[in-house]
Amino acid sequence: MTKTDYASVMARKGEIMLSSLGIDYAPFMAHPVTFDYEALMGLVPYDIDEVRQVQARAGVGSTALIELRQITRLARSLSSKGKGARIFVKDEAANPSGSYKARRAALSLHHAEQAGFKGVVTATSGNYGAAVASQAARRNLDCVVVQEVFDSHGIGQPEILEKGRACEIYGAEVMQLSVGPELFYSFLRVLEETGYFNASLYTPFAIAGVEPLGFEIVEQMQTATGAAPDVVICTHAGGGNLTGTARGLRKAGADRTQIIGASVNLTGLHMASDTDFNRKHFTTGHTGFGIPFAGWPDRTDVPRNAARVLRYMDRYLLLKQGEVFYMTEVLARLEGLERGPAGNVSLAAAFALSQEMDADQTIVVQETEYAGAGKQPSAQLSFARSRGIEILRGDSEAEIPGQTVIIPDGPGRIQVRDLDMTKLRRGLVKKAAAMVEDNARDDALVQFLADETQMSPTEITGLL
Amino acid sequence: MTSYAADWVQIHKIILRPDERPKTLPAETRAVPLEMRVKGWQVTESAEIGDQVRVRTVLGREQTGELIAENPEYGHDFGRAIPELLAAGDELVAMMRDMPKED
Ligand SMILES: Cc1ncc(COP(=O)(O)O)c(C=O)c1O
Repeated sequence: MTKTDYASVMARKGEIMLSSLGIDYAPFMAHPVTFDYEALMGLVPYDIDEVRQVQARAGVGSTALIELRQITRLARSLSSKGKGARIFVKDEAANPSGSYKARRAALSLHHAEQAGFKGVVTATSGNYGAAVASQAARRNLDCVVVQEVFDSHGIGQPEILEKGRACEIYGAEVMQLSVGPELFYSFLRVLEETGYFNASLYTPFAIAGVEPLGFEIVEQMQTATGAAPDVVICTHAGGGNLTGTARGLRKAGADRTQIIGASVNLTGLHMASDTDFNRKHFTTGHTGFGIPFAGWPDRTDVPRNAARVLRYMDRYLLLKQGEVFYMTEVLARLEGLERGPAGNVSLAAAFALSQEMDADQTIVVQETEYAGAGKQPSAQLSFARSRGIEILRGDSEAEIPGQTVIIPDGPGRIQVRDLDMTKLRRGLVKKAAAMVEDNARDDALVQFLADETQMSPTEITGLL
Repeated sequence: MTSYAADWVQIHKIILRPDERPKTLPAETRAVPLEMRVKGWQVTESAEIGDQVRVRTVLGREQTGELIAENPEYGHDFGRAIPELLAAGDELVAMMRDMPKED
């Protein structure tokens, strides 16, 4: 009989992943570091028009682009003369499961269906689970979602409980786990038991599914303003959102659009900590995922991650939790849009950045997310307050994750805070270098790392 | 409370005991087991909270574990208004009213 203890299952990780993906990663695993990224993406046998057709059939995509005129006005009132870029938002909440994740799920599940799988399994913090469950329902596929929900007291924060409920409503079996990275072990066991498809967030299909988002932005901005946007801001966690959007922008010819990532800064809270778990007030789009995934993408449930943000990200901005809650209020009160948490991270970044840009420039916040019970600041902050987190007004700069949430005492408090990209890029190069023998550091490695980090081959050689 | 076959229930089981968890975990996480909860239609004839029961999940997969609830509430809601945010909203609306409209 096959052994199902932790060590035995983890030892079979490679085979389980291979048989559950319907993708042959072997050609991309020959070298410890380098592989042909475009060839990996090329495993998706559809061009972007075909991807859009697949998604249209699944009710996904073609969301509205909304200009946030009042928010732009507010930004201009705080800017020096001639500054204050126009801000637009892509209303991704209008997708079937309420977030852009429907795009990733639609193409992944189309692939699963084509490959003959009877069901799908996904490990996720939530929105993607709902997206997979929703797309599985449309295709008569079984769906199992493995979700980290509770701390050791059986308590889960409202946003996570809502995401789990959403998975259930679409007919998924939700395995709700307590805190810990061994979720991956449970996930592998389900894959083995069921023989279902691993609807990973990180396959080429899951990333190609986001490309139309970037493509649509260019089309819609051309109609609205006559040009591609100057800046697109993506809320960043695992990296698929930014990677897919950036690729779509490029495919639509937007070569000069600056691509910016934004995450909530949760520095100081440990992602695998049972006690920190319910002290974070954002469940995704935060630095706990964003920084490690940017700095080293290959830490997922696939042999090679197709989401590789440093190839595309020009800047990475960090927001305080209080700033994002404040922007959520701004969006509701000034634009009449109640939307869920993740997109408002980028929105807060856009609001601060607009004030540094010229008034004739444009910024697109590339997503919103649905707002159901549990997802509002009222739910998340009531929960936080009941657990001893202090909620104050003032300067968000002083916020300490896990102890305080500081709601800005005015819109002028929202700041542009750059994470040092050079450090992030160098970190990736160093880690790669450690995996390769000194005498094997050839031109192919240099070129790969230059592509991975948008640094020059000369800089890479210097670092190696 | 007794639950019966075909009731919609929630079960709980330990996936990994503390000593089976990786040593790399933070101490507070490694001090507790990795737990799982799942819902399904009860298969066991009748059971009390705390009993081991069999359930059939929505997908028809059978699972065994400790019965912890019969049709548990989702429980999450909208919370209460956050006065700090309400006040911020009011300030913003007032600010916009005083701001000259652009051309
Ligand atoms: C609504 C929403 N926006 C953005 C993100 C971040 O995407 P990614 O993990 O691909 O960086 C997530 C991921 O959890 C999400 O659910």
